[in-house]
Order: sequence, then C-alpha cells, then structure tokens
Amino acid sequence: MRSFFRTDAQPSVVATSLLSILLFGLLIGAYLAGSYYRHQENPQDKVMPTVSEMLDGMKRAAFEPDRNGDLRLWVDTFASARRFGIAIGVVLLAIPLGVGMGLFPYVEAVFYRFIVFFDKIPALSVLPILFIIFGLDELSKIALIVIGVFPTVALEAHLRAKSIPREQIHKAQTLGASEHEIAYRIIMPQIFPKMLDTIRLNLKAVMLLLIAGESLAATVGLGYRIFVVRRYVAMDIIIPYVLWMTGLLFLTDWFIQWVIRRRYVWVDK
Amino acid sequence: MPKLRSLVAALVVTVLTVTALPSLALAKDRFTLAVSIYAGWMPWYYAKDHGILKKWADRYKITIDVVEMDYIPSVEAYVAGKVDAGVMTNMEALAMPAKSGIDTTVVIVGDYSNGNDALLVRGIPDVKGLKGTEVYLVELSVSHYLLARALEMHGVKESELKVVNTSDSDIAPAFIANKNQKAVVTWNPMVMSIEQTPGVSRIFDSSKIPGEVLDLLVVNTKVLNDDPRFADALVGAWYEVMSLMSQRGPEADKAMTAMAQRSNASLSEYKAQLRTTAMFWTPEGASDYVRGSEIKEKMDFVRNFCFKYGLFGENARSVDIVGISYPDGTIQGDSRNVKLRYDTHFVDKAKTGQLRQN
Repeated sequence: MRSFFRTDAQPSVVATSLLSILLFGLLIGAYLAGSYYRHQENPQDKVMPTVSEMLDGMKRAAFEPDRNGDLRLWVDTFASARRFGIAIGVVLLAIPLGVGMGLFPYVEAVFYRFIVFFDKIPALSVLPILFIIFGLDELSKIALIVIGVFPTVALEAHLRAKSIPREQIHKAQTLGASEHEIAYRIIMPQIFPKMLDTIRLNLKAVMLLLIAGESLAATVGLGYRIFVVRRYVAMDIIIPYVLWMTGLLFLTDWFIQWVIRRRYVWVDK
Repeated sequence: MPKLRSLVAALVVTVLTVTALPSLALAKDRFTLAVSIYAGWMPWYYAKDHGILKKWADRYKITIDVVEMDYIPSVEAYVAGKVDAGVMTNMEALAMPAKSGIDTTVVIVGDYSNGNDALLVRGIPDVKGLKGTEVYLVELSVSHYLLARALEMHGVKESELKVVNTSDSDIAPAFIANKNQKAVVTWNPMVMSIEQTPGVSRIFDSSKIPGEVLDLLVVNTKVLNDDPRFADALVGAWYEVMSLMSQRGPEADKAMTAMAQRSNASLSEYKAQLRTTAMFWTPEGASDYVRGSEIKEKMDFVRNFCFKYGLFGENARSVDIVGISYPDGTIQGDSRNVKLRYDTHFVDKAKTGQLRQN
C-alpha cells in the first residue's frame, strides 16, 4: 500500500488485472442495481432493461425477420460498414495530399490555407446544405464523414512530412531520385504507419458522423435503427446495438494496430 | 490493502446511493411540465410567458416548472420520470409511457389534427399512384400512421412502396430542394412551407381521419393521485388561455401573435395552422368528446397500428396488452394492465366552476 502512489510501483499481475476490471465492474454493477430498482417499482420499465430483456432483444434483431422480412442486425451492420469503409477509403487519399503539401511549396500554396480553414467547419452544422447538394442517399452520409475527417488527416500528414529531416531529401537527390520518388517512395512510406494511427484515433469521429447522417435520413443502418426504435423506448434494442457498435469499433481499432505491428515492424525502433 | 478496500467500498456506496435516489418519493409542492412546439400546444408557452400558469400555481400553493424541449426527448423525459406532465399525441402516449408501464392520465384533450398532418406529392394523382415511389417521413410517428391509414383506405400495401426515415428538422428543406423526391408525409409548420413550393399538391391529410390524432396533456397518474392540485392548476391555466384565444378582437390577436412568435411563424401563418387544428375551446367540448363513443373507435385504430408496427414491443403477443380506460368505466385491452386513462374529472371541475378563483 505504501507504494500506491509511487511512480516506480510494481503491481502484481493479480492486482493489475483486478484493478483493470474495477471500473467495468462498477459500471455494470451500477447499471444492474438501477435496472433492478426500476423494475421493482415498475415491472414494465423500458428505460433500463434487464440483461435477459436485452439478450432477447438482440436475439430478435439478429435471428428473427422483422416486419419487412429482414434480419435487421446484419442488414444494418452491412449497410453501415459499407458507408464506413467507403468513407475511410476516401479519407486515405488525404495522406498523399498531405505529403504533397508538405513537400511541394506550390501544392502547399494551393491547398494548405484552404484545408486549415475547412478543418474548422463543424461538419454537422452544415448538414442541411449537404442534404441539398448531395441528396438524402448514400452520398450525403459519406460526404459528411469525409468533410469531418479528411482535413484533419491531411493536416496531420502535412505536419509529419514537414518533420522529416531535410538531409534525407538532399541525400535522395544526390542519389538521383526524382521529385516524385522523393515524395511517394521515401517520405510517404515513412509516415504511413503513423498516419494509420491518426485514422485509428479518428474512428470515433467517423462513427459519430456516420450515426448522425443515418439518424437524419435512411432506410437501413445501425444509427438509423437506434433512432427509429427510440420511438417506442426500445432500450432493449438500443443498448445491445450500442455495445455491438462499440465492439466492432474496438475490433477495427485493434486490427489497425495489428497491421501496424505486423507490417511496419520498424516503427519506433 | 485496507485503504484500497475502503476506497472501493466508498465508491460502491456512492454509486448505489446515486442510482437509488430517484426512487425515493418525496412529498412535493413542485411539479414539472415538459412542452414542445406545435400549433395546438403553443398556449402552454403563452401561459408560461405571461404569468397565467404562475397565477394558477399560486392559487393552489404549488410551483410549476415548465421545461421547453424537442418533442421526442420531452416524451422520453416523461417516460423516465424526470417530468410529471407532458404534451403528446394519443399515439405516443400509448406507445411510449403507457406501453412502458408508466400509468398515465389524459387530463386535457386539447385538439385533434384536422389537416395539420398531410401527405404531399409531386406529380402523383392519388394514393394509389404512390406504388413504387419513395415516401419520406419520420418512421413510426403520426406521419407514418397517416400514411398507413391512407394506404389502408385505398387498398395499397406498404410493401408496395419504400418508406425513408427522415428527421423532421430536415424533411422540409430536403424535399423542397430535391425535385427527385416525389412524396412526403409531415406536419405543420413543415406542411405549410412545402406546400408553398410550385408543383406540390396534397393528396391526403388528417382531415380525412378526424379525431384519430389527438393532442393531449398527460399527467403521471401516481403524481395525480398523490396530489391533484397540479392537474387543477394546469386545467385552470389552459382554459383561461383558451377563452382568451376564442374571443375575437385585439386581445386574442395579441395573445396569438405571442404564440406565433414563439413558434417562429407570423400571425397569419399561425392562424392558418389553427384552422387545420380542431381545438376544443371549452371544457364542455373536451369533456363531451372524451365521454363519447367516437373516441373509442378512433383509439382502436391507433392501438392496432401500434401493435402491427411493433410499437408495443416486438414480442407483444396481442393488441390488448395495454389497457385504456374511459370515463364511463369501459376498458379497451387488458383490464389488469390499465396504463392510459382518459379522465374528465379535472376538466369537469373547470366546466362547473369548481376550480379555485383566487
């Protein structure tokens, strides 16, 4: 105990694992207690459903066809994942652009100030305009994510490209590399794993914008479902859906980390 | 590690206390009403802004807090027990609080939609022509109900068209801007702004199903039974505004101008919205309607829609799981699970002058 607040403390494996689950346990315990009390008072309570109600809700969403004959959970997950994937694909293009801005002064002159400005626009507040320009279909939802995340990633790539030591570029030039090779064979591969990290840290923003877009106009999608079943306080569907989304996002995050570790073993070495 | 243990114990106790607190019932003199913007509910804003509600609360020696919210969050706050009373349609009252086991009493039936909800189209002649088109609306809302009723009356199945869920905040600008959208169902004031667009026409509206979409003031039955003063004060304030509005002349116009401003409309726009809202201006009118037989037939349509579209919960076995009671003692649905009560007790007090006058 004496070592509790010491920087050189060395908690045992048991202590570490117990302490790591402490807050999870408290959160779950608090929820269960709240749900229990609410059900004591009102057995039909829908605001904090019990675990069995949520399991049942999830089972219905995943395995029983709804009014339109769809297995909702899978249909929703597929639709959202598709939007998510396309948006991330477009956001990846921000990396070469950022590198270009970092290395070629003319490219920087054209894009840099505009993107810095563009980055500051809160994407959600211009959503009605996006709907008018891009319609209510897939395009506007993807555009929303791209507008929200693309500038951040481009600016980060710009910064990182700038921070590569100038000597490397001179060296490459003396070895006869073309300008194009310097940018995209020497600089970009070096910063690419770091940029994957940047995208990873922006996953939450991507998800947030996706849900916002889906909640406003859609026929299918995870965010869509959550907002529609809100109409009848179906927290027994909403909470499992939120956990499911959190889990998927967590896996995506973990997958990107794994790719970085596997493919770019040299990072931070 | 005794310190750590006591730290954990303290945390557990704190969390349990915090979660248990809301369930401690306190005798109270302070009540909360949640309101949202709609033509038929603007009188509440007026009653709040111009001291009428405070006057009535003072007469009954209570305090009434009014919170202004968006519609669905206000109903959610009511379901969660964070507010004691709220404004909502009969459909949400049934599908949200009553279905969730919150015993709810309808204290005032304020009006029914008589054209405020409408199905608007571009270049489609009639309801049958909707087949194969995309219809934009807020799913599982009164708009969806209106569409379902229109389709039912014209023998079209919902599976023959495609419903696109669209937020009420974007539905009007998106439909106006995008000529590819052929059909939309929404309510006022959005209906008004969409209808002003060239090429848009109305092929169905709530005046074809009068009395089915009721706009209510509901109070948590438990709160009501503990202390009827809250409902007395609400009813008193409501009919004071009603009588002010229903007299013709500058006083009424002044009040309606204030209401129009609160809903971001001009006086003439607000009056136009009131024309498609069948207000029950007097306690007699409201009381008679609730005592009549028509309301039961209309509620039967609404509860069947709720059941069919899963609003009673997808695992609900029958339309009868929630009981609805009427002033004459009849009950629709499960008599052991009555959660929505139409009541004329308080309105009748206003009718017969039994509310406190000072």
